[in-house]
Parts: sequence; structure tokens; C-alpha cells
Amino acid sequence: MFESFFGDLHPHHFKEATSGKASCRLEAPPFVVIPMSLHLGEPCAPIVAVGDYVKMGQKIGDSKAAISAPVHASVSGKVIAVEPRLHPNGTKVMSVVIENDGLDTLSEEVVSHKSENITDPELLCKIVREAGIVGMGGAVFPTAAKISSSIGKVDTLIINGAECEPFITSDHRLMLEHPDELMEGIRILKRVFGIPFAHLGIEKNKPDAISLLSTKCGADIKVVPLKSAYPQGAEKQLVYSVTKREVPPGSLPAAVRCVVFNVFTAYSVYRAVHEGMPAIERVVTVSGDAIKNPMNLICRIGTPIERLVEAAGGFIGTPFKLLMGGPMMGSAQYDLSVPVVKGTNALLALTNRRDRSAEDPTCIRCGRCAEVCPMRLTPMYIHMYEKKNDLEMLEKLNVMDCVECGLCTYTCPGRLYITQSCRLGKNKLRSAKEAAAKEAAAKKEEEAMKNGK
Amino acid sequence: MENKLGTVVSPSPHLRSPAGTRNIMLDVIIALVPALAAAVYIFGFRALAVTLVSCAACVFFEWGYRTLMKKPQSVGDLSAVVTGMLMAFCLPVTVPYWLPVIGAFFAIVIVKQLFGGIGKNFLNPALAARAFMFSWPVLMTKWVAPFSYSSIMNIFGGADAITSATPMGALHAGLLPNATVMQAFLGEIGGSFGEVSALMLLLGGAYLVFHKVISPRIPLAYILTVAVITYLFPKGGAERLSWMLYNLFCGGLMLGAIFMATDYTTSPVTKLGQIIFGIGCGLITVLIRYFGTYPEGVSYAILVMNTTVWLIDRATMPRRFGVKSKFGLNGGAK
Repeated sequence: MFESFFGDLHPHHFKEATSGKASCRLEAPPFVVIPMSLHLGEPCAPIVAVGDYVKMGQKIGDSKAAISAPVHASVSGKVIAVEPRLHPNGTKVMSVVIENDGLDTLSEEVVSHKSENITDPELLCKIVREAGIVGMGGAVFPTAAKISSSIGKVDTLIINGAECEPFITSDHRLMLEHPDELMEGIRILKRVFGIPFAHLGIEKNKPDAISLLSTKCGADIKVVPLKSAYPQGAEKQLVYSVTKREVPPGSLPAAVRCVVFNVFTAYSVYRAVHEGMPAIERVVTVSGDAIKNPMNLICRIGTPIERLVEAAGGFIGTPFKLLMGGPMMGSAQYDLSVPVVKGTNALLALTNRRDRSAEDPTCIRCGRCAEVCPMRLTPMYIHMYEKKNDLEMLEKLNVMDCVECGLCTYTCPGRLYITQSCRLGKNKLRSAKEAAAKEAAAKKEEEAMKNGK
Repeated sequence: MENKLGTVVSPSPHLRSPAGTRNIMLDVIIALVPALAAAVYIFGFRALAVTLVSCAACVFFEWGYRTLMKKPQSVGDLSAVVTGMLMAFCLPVTVPYWLPVIGAFFAIVIVKQLFGGIGKNFLNPALAARAFMFSWPVLMTKWVAPFSYSSIMNIFGGADAITSATPMGALHAGLLPNATVMQAFLGEIGGSFGEVSALMLLLGGAYLVFHKVISPRIPLAYILTVAVITYLFPKGGAERLSWMLYNLFCGGLMLGAIFMATDYTTSPVTKLGQIIFGIGCGLITVLIRYFGTYPEGVSYAILVMNTTVWLIDRATMPRRFGVKSKFGLNGGAK
């Protein structure tokens, strides 16, 4: 009855702390720090300067690149700095710092497209791109690029409401609190793709969302209850669970005639079309066993995470780890000044209770990593050959297929860092290939020079 | 960049499953307890004493080797205790106490630690030690009839028992044993003291499967293979069904299939590989029982299959996601 994929494991989901709590609006902070890179792809260049007055929703950074998404002011006020600031990814990224005047004066750029009956993909791509919408599930791939690259190639539209990462409930709350807007967003996408009906996949650990949306969905949207199994929300796994089609290695879902959007992305599409509102805020789950009052917060993009921690009552003691994103794929933070970005679905403060690392990690060949790997790899061998630097074997073991979901490390009783070995293996293989390509190119050039003489 | 917060920054994932090596080994120990209890009931407290000596010796050699070689201490993972129990379970209850100590040295130092410790050995330490202890064939085959101990004091004496034939001897000669099938199932037969009670070993196996410590693939493939062959080809014109049941319940099959062939380090990690491994163990077991000089073949069957594990793993890599072809690395592309 519940659809699923290969591998069958779910870490305890820890969602009880926040799944029943309505999201509350976090007051916009006195300053917002908006990085020019809120998406996957080419970073934007700032188009405002220090001293400029910007309005809420106004575009403040843009790029001509195909894989990019413009950046907007999430408050109104004065630009007080345009400089590199610490980004949640751990590097310094060019950012626009705006002093909030507290007025939330709406920009003239924010215009509704409600009256237009959108069926033209190009028009929707333009609206979506101008609104800076990216994959809000966390991958932050520019949505306009996804639409334009898969238009005409797909017969199945899948909306991702799986939310399989432990702790996170932001998509869950969105589905409960904005079902009509979500449905309208899905319908817009459906119309543009010319597909008669869409699939909305939701993990069965959200029965309230499944029943609410089932009553709202009508004949053209089908709610698909999914087994609660991490990584159910990973694109390839979700496509398989819903359609039983396997996306070939190195390909996008379009290769099997599917396209996947996160529920928050669909909701953002609705807002961009109906209100003209760009992606300047999102729901963030603030949770973890080192957070006093776990909650779901609607935050402006650019809000320093310090404000979120404060709103949630602060830490219980000193957290062992502070994570942006889920515990399986999220990134560890070490500074409270980093801003909320478009892919920030959660901010988690964890104690070391479930860390369980060992002093002397040892593989006992139990094979659990292979049993749970959703890409059907044999992670313990990847780990072993990565340590031996055997690139040939890594290639044979299909290390590039790894989606870095983290299940191998999670499940390893010997407490190895297998996922990290896979990452390193991918990097080694990638750089070896680049080096080989460079060498080949240089050789060709040399030969051409010789022949020329 | 400084870390004012004092949080740990490390790559994802940031959660770990509760099941660590130590918990897994503890589960195996728990699963072996019913069989040990049956052994004490059937052969007396000497069975417990031999097990304790064997475990203590294994733990001592593990600790000693790691300490002498200045390697991280690994006694805490409890794998030496499991080896000690399994090794003791393959001994006759009459065995002198010094024999399991020598066996423990061979299992832990030679077979396990010299290859790098847990996860690195290519033979099952307990079974390799059993094969080594057959250097004392008389001591290793001094069987006693069930319930033949005279008192609780048999811990110290132990030689007060009558030497008796085991059901395996009868089966080897192509005869059905004297005991009933039910007696064989419950363990009221002669043999190594940990292997006699099929019922208790199956209980332990169910516990391990239920706790997801082992998958049933290897034991099922192993036991079914033996069942099918012995049913199809009964020896000496014996009645098919009884011949098959005696072959399943007598000897080391249950202990071997459930606890030895499923040893993580020395069995394949791929699902298909595990099934092939189990079938291989079953085939060799029956071949030795039918055509070998030894009446029992379980331990040699598993040891032989141990050496094929890497080949099996390589040949049975799971089908690559998104690639339709069924066999081999790169989904058959090679």
C-alpha cells in the first residue's frame, strides 16, 4: 500500500517535537545578510551599492548564466555593506547587508500575474526565474532551469512532500497550513507541462497531511502515500517509488520522463504567479535535543541564525553540533551570524547523545551498508579502495552513483566514516579525469603544432 | 576561521544507529545462551565450565595481543567472547581444559589477530581452531551419551562417562540413529555439546533474525540445500523423510548454518552472494558426509567456502540502480 524503493531503513524520525506546532512568523531582524549565492550554479553579482535604499522584493543581485537565480531584498531599508560574509557552506560569499527600516515597503517590481492564464512555459520560466525560485527542498537547483530543460520531455509530474530527513517538519507544516496555495501551485506546473495529472508523494508518517491533501486534491492531483524510509525524498528514489522507473546513472529524472518539484517550490511558484512575490522567506524547523523550545519559524531569507535560536528559547547547554539542514545531509555550523538561505529547511542543535563515534573505527564486514544503500552500491568496498587510492576499483564500484545520503555511515556498527570516503572517492575520480582530459588536450595541441610546422 | 560556538564541525551524517559492534556481539552471545543451557541440561555443568575456560582464554589472548602489539584495545567489542563460545560448542564435553586454551590461542592470535583483527581474518576463527584441535583426534571424539554425568561434580572429573557413538557415526555408515527424530531435535543425543539441541539453536537464530543481526539468507540456503539433497538421495535405502530430518538435526548443521556460516567477516556481503555461499556450504557438507572419511562435514564445508568469499562478492555485485542488466560490476558492462 505504501510505495518504496530498494534499501529499507529509517532512522527514528524525531519529528514529534515540531510536527504538531503551527509555524509562527519570526520578526524580521534589524539587519539581513543576503548572500549572492542562494542557489546551485553561477553566483549573482550585486546590482545595488552601499547607501542605496532598497524595497522588499526588489532584485539586488542577478546573473546572465543559465543555471542561476536572482537574489531579492527580504526587507526594505538601506544597503550598509556589500562584502564577503560567512555563508552556511563554510566559505565567505559576496553578500548584501541591509539595515531593516521596519516598514516592509513593497517594491514596484512585485506584480501579480494572476490575471494571465499561464500555459506558456517560457512565460512561467520567466516569472519563476525573476522570482528567484530554486529547489526549496535543499538542493537549491534553479527551478526555471529545471522547467525549461524538462519541458516537452516528461509525462509525469511528481511533487515531493516526502520530507524524509529526521527532525524536519517545515514541508509538513506548509502542506497543513497552505494546502490551497500548494494545490494551485501544482496546477500551474501541471498546466505548463501539459500533463493531465500530478503525483504528490507524502511519507506515511504525516497522516494528517495525507488526509487533508487527499480531500483538497481533486481529480487532477493524486496523493501517493510513501513508506517512511530514508531517503524517500531523494529525487531518484522518489521517482522510483512513484513510477517504478529507475533514473539511469548520471542522468536527470527527465531521462525517464519525470520531473520532480518540492512542495515548497510549488508553493513558491504559486506566490510568484499570484502575488508576484519572490522567494524571500521560508519555513525553517528549529529543533534538536539541544534546543529549548523546538518550533517551526517563518523567516526572512538573510536572517542570522542567532535570531532563530533566540526565538526557540536558546540552547540547552552548549550544543555538540549545530546543523543547517537535516542530520543526515545537513552541514555543521560554527558561527551564529550565518544567514538563513533559500535551502535552509531546518536548523538543528544536537547533543552528543546520538553521535556514537568510536576511537578506533573498524569494519567488521557486516554488509549493512550494502544492504541499506539506496543506489545499490557496496560502500564498504568503496571505503576500502578509497583508503588504498585505487581509482580503477572505485570506478568499477560506481562510486560516482553515490548520492551521499549518509545511510552507510549511519548504519555502520564499526562506526566508519563511509559516506565521507565515498565523497573523497568521487572527488579523486573527478580530479583524475579532469587531469587526464587536460593532458589529452595538451597532447593534441602539441601534435597539431607539430603537424602545422 | 575560529569556532566561537564550540560546536563540532564534521561532515554529514550526524546521526549514528544505536547498533554498534559491541551490541551486535552481545546479541550473538544472548542467542547462544539457550543452546548452552541445553548443553548443561544434557551433559552437566562441565559444558558450562569448558565454555567459560574457552571464553576466558579467547579474551585473554585478544587482550594480550593488542596490548603487546600496542594496538587499540578491542576486547570491548566482545567478539572474542563469541569466538570462545562457538569454539567451545564444537567440543565434546569430556575434553581436557587445556585443549580449548590452545584452541583459543590458535583462533585469536593466529587466525584473527595476525591478519589484522576483527573484520580482517579470512577464516572463521572458531572453526579454524576446531580443525587445529583435531591434532588431538582422540580427545576430540570422546563422546558421551546424554544424561550420563553422575553429579554436579563432573566439572572436575569428567572422565566418568561412557564413550558412546554419535548419531553422525550411524548416518555415516548409512544407518538411521537409535534416537528418535524428536530426541535429535531436542538434543538428547551424543555429539559436541553446543550442537546437539537443534531446537535451542533455532531459537537463537530466530532471535538474531528478529533483531536483524543476521539475515536468514545464509542459514536458509544452507539448511534447505542439505534438506533437498538428503531427501532426494537417502543413503543405504533409508526412509527419505527420517533420513533428511536426522541429517538436519544431528551433527553441527544448525550451529554451523546459524552461527558460523553467518560470521560477518567470513561470509559474502551481497545478498545473492550470501545465497550462493549458503548453497555451497550445504553441497560440501553433504558431499563430506556421504563420501568423506569424516562422519561430519559442516566445519570443513564452511572453512572451504570462507576462502571463496571475495570471489563470490566480486561476482555478485548488486545490479546498478538505473541499469537494467543483471550481473557483474558496472551492471555487466565490465
